[in-house]
Amino acid sequence: MQVQQQARTADTIDLMINMGPQHPSTHGVFRVVIWVDGERIVKAEPHIGYLHRGSEKLCEGELYSQVITLFDRLDYVANLNCELAFCLAVEKLMALEVPDRASYIRVILCELNRIASHMLFYGVYGLDVGAMTPILYGFRERERIQGLFESVTGARMMHNFIRVGGVKEDLRDDFEPRMAVLLEELKQGIEECDDLLSQNEMFLARTKGIGTIGPTEAIDFGVTGPSLRASGVLEDVRISEPYSIYERFDFGVPVGTYGDCWDRYYVRVEEMRQSLKIIEQAMAQMEPGPVAANVRRIARPPKGEVYVRTESPRGDFGVFLVSDGSDKPYRLKVRAPSFANLQALQYLLRDAYVADAVVILGSIDIILGEVDR
Amino acid sequence: MTVVQGIYYALGALALFVFLSFMVLVLTWVERKALARIQMRMGPMRVGFHGTLQPLADAMKLVLKEDILPSWADRRVYWLAPLAVFIPSLLLWAVIPVGRDLVLANLELGLFYIVAISVLTVMGLLMAGWGSANKYAMLGGLRAAGQLVSYEIPFIMAILAVAMLVQSLNLETIVDGQRNFAYILVQPLGLFIFLTAGLAELGRTPFDIHHAESELVGGPFIEYSGAHWAVFFLAEYINTFTIGALTVLLFLGGWRWPAMPFDGFAHSTLSVIWFLAKTYAVILFIFWIRGTYPRLRIDQLMAFGWKLLVPLSFVNIVITGIVLFYGWPLWTLTLISLVLLGATFYAISRHQGTRLERMTVTVHSFRGTRSEPPVVQPQPEAALED
Repeated sequence: MQVQQQARTADTIDLMINMGPQHPSTHGVFRVVIWVDGERIVKAEPHIGYLHRGSEKLCEGELYSQVITLFDRLDYVANLNCELAFCLAVEKLMALEVPDRASYIRVILCELNRIASHMLFYGVYGLDVGAMTPILYGFRERERIQGLFESVTGARMMHNFIRVGGVKEDLRDDFEPRMAVLLEELKQGIEECDDLLSQNEMFLARTKGIGTIGPTEAIDFGVTGPSLRASGVLEDVRISEPYSIYERFDFGVPVGTYGDCWDRYYVRVEEMRQSLKIIEQAMAQMEPGPVAANVRRIARPPKGEVYVRTESPRGDFGVFLVSDGSDKPYRLKVRAPSFANLQALQYLLRDAYVADAVVILGSIDIILGEVDR
Repeated sequence: MTVVQGIYYALGALALFVFLSFMVLVLTWVERKALARIQMRMGPMRVGFHGTLQPLADAMKLVLKEDILPSWADRRVYWLAPLAVFIPSLLLWAVIPVGRDLVLANLELGLFYIVAISVLTVMGLLMAGWGSANKYAMLGGLRAAGQLVSYEIPFIMAILAVAMLVQSLNLETIVDGQRNFAYILVQPLGLFIFLTAGLAELGRTPFDIHHAESELVGGPFIEYSGAHWAVFFLAEYINTFTIGALTVLLFLGGWRWPAMPFDGFAHSTLSVIWFLAKTYAVILFIFWIRGTYPRLRIDQLMAFGWKLLVPLSFVNIVITGIVLFYGWPLWTLTLISLVLLGATFYAISRHQGTRLERMTVTVHSFRGTRSEPPVVQPQPEAALED
């Protein structure tokens, strides 16, 4: 492709640098080819597809209950949020009423997963700007959450816990005391993480005013989630189109001003606090009861199509499901937020420095499992 | 030079090499343990008591590892680069005393020699960057060149201010000059400039932009493996040790022990231990910074160096000169220095960070505004005005 020529006094050529797919800072197997003039990026070209597994096609060959396991592997940092999106789609198609307790369990686990995901972002972002300590603090909190997940779902990552019509099983007896401890720990942990990095002079210098994107551009690129809210757009699916039982909770939505890297970072930190609020309310409101609707073991949704939007930690996670009345989906399409957010990368990288490329890429928090599907 | 002298120097050099290698081993262990403490980890625990033998295991691994030569590499430059970095770092120690008379060559121009030799490192880094035939390495090498050359000036100027106080370039004389008070009390500003520039010379956080693990994945050393990489590593840690030692010699009173009760052999042994303890304290401070701070960007680094550190180092020289010329008591220098240091920190917090306001994220609450069905349409323009 033609590299844009700029007026230069000396006869120089741009240096092409291939970042990825084995580059440690591309958050997985992502490749971006950048042309640099000295330390300035002239042009950047993202390449994706290294983690393509054909998940959507695979789903067409599996029973509805088996598809959930494939959804676990889309956004492998926020598995439960993906499971929830799929189950909501099937339930909407079948017009199923999910028991209250199941919904509460779902919300609690999903919000915990959101915190875990943002904690991963927090740690990795610290590494991206060159601070090596935050990742260990982020992972400490993540570890605590995963410990709880392990006791509830039996797995630390690929839970397969949220099922069509409810959840796999009820919470254990020790859940409530463990949750109380965890909430306290997380509250403290989030503040600690915030103190460690957010207002650090050098961190501000590295992230403030870097990779800005305005609200209209962000919407045009299809950016959603924290990255969109950082640009000053008040859009959260949990508020604008509440799914599950999100309308029962009071929580704030953090919104940024400039849409720069720092805003994108801090919106996520603030979101963790809001998620804690939701969990506290859900724990208080939850009552004993059944945790699964009366569904046949092999679900056969009626013929039709449905689209469900959910707010995953990365943004608007949509599932489009077409059913032909059989026990397998006829067609499944996932609207992955990471994929849409990634489209803005080229725009964000304009006139950036090489060192900023990593900071900007980190700030939109992509998960390659979701981008490539 | 007689044969005896030759043997004397050869043995001295060997002893120095052994001493420095041992110090590097200790240093890597200390660094890993210190960082682990900051990061709520244990650090190495398996090899030896609390991982004390870990550096040996690492060294063995590095030596046994396969040495890889990239097929496009410029062979001679590529193989010579580690030596070009390592030899200057070793040469520096010829004039650095670890105690009274415990020095290979007690040069009158010791500081001048140090300044001259320490500049050579940049050549090795450039050679490594160029010879590797790797774009990341080349960018790293060029970054290193830019960084080291610009921080050389404040580094030298800070040293010069101390030399002006003592009227000597001999390191032992400088230490003797601090018999009543360490120069940190007279030149806090000088210490700040020296340590900051020293960190940049070392390429340590927050100035580790030529390694820049997140974007350049190791900079000039990216293609090196095994023993050649180990040589770079050795040089880097010797340099860290050098900066620590120089800080102690120039600003913290060297091996001088206030009211030392012993004399003779006990005195010299204790003063070496005292010197090493001070050096390690400075190095721990460097590690502490590494565990805390993110990395600056190349343009910010250059701006910091040229717009702040270089002018400041000249000012430091000028105020030192004025105080010495008019024969004012030295505490006036302390006062001026402290005021300038405060002003510097204020300036950094105002301008080096960011001109944008610090908190730009607001939380919008929906309490009580929920109606049935609760739908809030996105309103980008309106939200922006908040």
